[in-house]
Amino acid sequence: MTGWDRFTDSFFNARVMAQYLPKIIEGFGLTVVLALLIIVAGLALGVLLAVVRAFGIRPLNWLIIFVVDLFRALPPLVIIVLLYFGLPNAGVELSGFVAAWLSLTLVLMAFSEEIFWAGITSVPKGQWEAARSTGLGFVQTLGYVVLPQALRITIPPLTNRTIAITKGTALASVVAVPDILGAANAGVSFSFNPSPLTLGAIAYLVLFLPVVVLGRWIETRFAWKR
Amino acid sequence: MEAVTPMDLFLDTFFNWQIVTEAWPILWQGLKATLLLSALVVPLGLAGGILIAVLSTFHSPWIKWPLRVWVDIFRALPPLVLLIFVFAGLPFIGVDVGAWGAVAIGFFLNTGAYYGEILRAGIESVPRGQLEAARSTGLTRGQTMTYVVLPQAVRNVLPDLISNTLEVVKLTSIASVVALPELLFQARQAQSVTYNATPIMAAAVVYFLLLWPVVRMLSRLENRQLASQR
Repeated sequence: MTGWDRFTDSFFNARVMAQYLPKIIEGFGLTVVLALLIIVAGLALGVLLAVVRAFGIRPLNWLIIFVVDLFRALPPLVIIVLLYFGLPNAGVELSGFVAAWLSLTLVLMAFSEEIFWAGITSVPKGQWEAARSTGLGFVQTLGYVVLPQALRITIPPLTNRTIAITKGTALASVVAVPDILGAANAGVSFSFNPSPLTLGAIAYLVLFLPVVVLGRWIETRFAWKR
Repeated sequence: MEAVTPMDLFLDTFFNWQIVTEAWPILWQGLKATLLLSALVVPLGLAGGILIAVLSTFHSPWIKWPLRVWVDIFRALPPLVLLIFVFAGLPFIGVDVGAWGAVAIGFFLNTGAYYGEILRAGIESVPRGQLEAARSTGLTRGQTMTYVVLPQAVRNVLPDLISNTLEVVKLTSIASVVALPELLFQARQAQSVTYNATPIMAAAVVYFLLLWPVVRMLSRLENRQLASQR
């Protein structure tokens, strides 16, 4: 067998690929569901924490800052492993899916809170004062005046960060979730052929390449004109 | 015998000092490997990034477009997928680079693309006049890049560079998946020996203490950067 034959037989083996394609497609669905659940919960919690922080209750803000710092400093895989392999020692069992979802949600919550908060603080004080002096309450000012302006400048950093964290769904394969990478790994060990990994890589490109290109476009589109 | 409350169970499982002292030699080995790994992959990624950023200043479409596709592909692939591809896939065609080699290659491709994007933005932020002035004083293209453009580019995107470096150091934990004995891997080993989750908690604490100062500094830098954009 020539080198080229060996290469195509290993990485582009049509028989193996056809056999494992359905599994990879199932994994694709699972990765998409996991990613969407992380995005929805992570961003919602991030906004919530940033809004709570805007009320300026000292002890509460210290707690928020600590939690945010914690989940920015810890590697996501360490959190996943702690929840999935650590909690059972204390008698609490989480499924791999829940462990991965919870971990990445907390990470996205932390990063997005930081970005939302930076957005809120970037709105000039005069906007607050003007809104309050027209008779709007604190919550109304925050909701109708400050947040709409804050959100606009947070879109580019938020998009990039969300993409980066969502790619972390591949870590779920470490805790036995049959996502794209999990399905591909299983395929390789059953077939003794790495073609399922090629399929997996292609699946990730199909999923994330458009998102990366979109992120690049958003970065230029929403860039604040100086 | 005293009754075991849930709190006792929790403390005994995650904050067991006895276990910490037993597991510390193993964790210390892991921490050293993590630091060594970071010292390997950060310069490697930076080198790849500088190469990409400098190449992207060439205007030829034959360089520009392949480069953009390259960068987007490696930004779209999850790093763990890349790592497993190199570690578990390549041996099938007789290329076995081992855990360290796989991590080096995977990180070079992934973090190189990220550093490349950041540095490219930095280079684009340096006014063209700087380049023209430098060239007109007789500096060559390479000298202009090294002494005039890159230093200013790096300064302009310093928060992003630090932020990416933080992410790279955190990312070294995925090397545990290919059995490279870094901090997380060693913590899992210690857990399986002691039947107790304290080693993993200890590893988390070590990561946190190591990286918290960086997170604090970044948080200040980013706030200032975003606030100055209006």
